[in-house]
This record gives sequence, structure tokens and C-alpha cells, in this order.
Amino acid sequence: MRLLYFAWLRDKAGIASEEVNPPSEVTTVADLIEWLKARGGGHTEAFADPAIVRVAVNQEYAKLEDPVAAGDEVAFFPPVTGG
Amino acid sequence: MIRVQKQDFDLGAELAAMTQGNHGIGGVCLFVGLVRDIASGEAVSSMTLEHYPDMTEKALTEIEAEARSRWPLENALIIHRYGRLEPGDNIVLVATASAHREAAIKACNFLIDWLKTKAPFWKFEETPEGGKWVDARDRDDAASARWVEVGPAFGGESDAAE
Repeated sequence: MRLLYFAWLRDKAGIASEEVNPPSEVTTVADLIEWLKARGGGHTEAFADPAIVRVAVNQEYAKLEDPVAAGDEVAFFPPVTGG
Repeated sequence: MIRVQKQDFDLGAELAAMTQGNHGIGGVCLFVGLVRDIASGEAVSSMTLEHYPDMTEKALTEIEAEARSRWPLENALIIHRYGRLEPGDNIVLVATASAHREAAIKACNFLIDWLKTKAPFWKFEETPEGGKWVDARDRDDAASARWVEVGPAFGGESDAAE
């Protein structure tokens, strides 16, 4: 599973991208965030306020209950500020 | 049509390209977003736009398709820049063309409101106090929410003097 981080989420997590292999119990976006938070350090800080974290799975906006699977691209970013 | 690019765009050239050869177009609406030199009372010396390359094209294409399904458009164009910009620079162009003005104006307004809440770009501003990421604004969410109830209502004979 490929993870991408953008804007201040990347600054806090300390990396722009990574390949991960979460355990089989991680089946949803919410599970994945909890698993990442538990790694500590920058990841805990990046996900400290879930209200301002947006998620996309395979480049489509995703909700917490949406599924994630091996081979997916999951991106985490703040509310967008384009335009 | 969607373009995500670093380089600047030429309004006159884009307008000409939108209407070329299609004399069924009676109205074109253009919105241009520019970098301002002040934000929340602080002087802005530069703005850098980060984006999620694969997703921006996808998201903008979906937004354009949504506009085309709601209003009878002859043409639509979104150009969004990324990278380092300075005050006065163009950031984004939204252009819509239709037979009558209501569809063009409404669709243009819809596109920029939705783009501001859906397109994966993030702005980083440099000020005398240092650099910081711009926060999303509640009023952008409110602006985009007002389009949720509006149905496709136009395209008809609203005015003879087009």
C-alpha cells in the first residue's frame, strides 16, 4: 500500500511518501489512520486532529469507513486551498 | 477541458480558442484568480501552490463533467497553475461558454466555488513573519454548499438581447 502526505501533513509526518504493509486487521481508512498514529513521532502529530485530515484512496475522496487494501494509493492532506 | 500547469496563461488566446468556429456561442463567462499581496493583514511576498498531480486532473475533470451535466454548455475550460507565484500573478482561469448568458455565468460561478473545496491544491504563503500554510475557509465550504440545492434550470430563452 502506497501512502502519500501533502502540505503540513507531510511536514509533520516527516515524509512525502512510503510503502506500508499494515496487518490484515486494517481494512478501512479509519483502521489505517489508527495504525499510523500508533507508530508515534511525526505520524501521531500529523493525525492529532482528525477533523482537518482529508483522505483520498486511489485519487478519489474517501470517508473513514471506506475500505483500503494492498496495492491502494492512500493520500492524506489538509482541507484544500486551491483556486 | 482541464489544464494543470506551471506556466502562465494568456486570457485573450484562451478566449479565442474557446469560441473559435462555434457561432452557436452567445455568451462566455471568465473568472481569473490572482495572487494578492496581503492575507489576514500580513504582506505576502510569494505564494507556492503544491498539488497532488494524479488527483488534480481527475478532480477537475469530474467538476467539469458535473457542470456540463447541470447546464447546457458549449465549452468549458479550467486552467490551474502550481509552483511559486508572486503578487499579481494569475493562479486559475475558469471559462464557460453557452448559447445564452445564464448557463455560462452560473456554471462559471459553480466551477470556481467547487474547485475551491475539491481540487487538491495547497497554498503556502511567504510573509515577513515567515512562511505558513493557508487554512481552508468556512465561507468556501458555504459557497460550495449553496450549489447543492440548485438544479439545472437554464439554457432557455431568458433574454433576446444576448
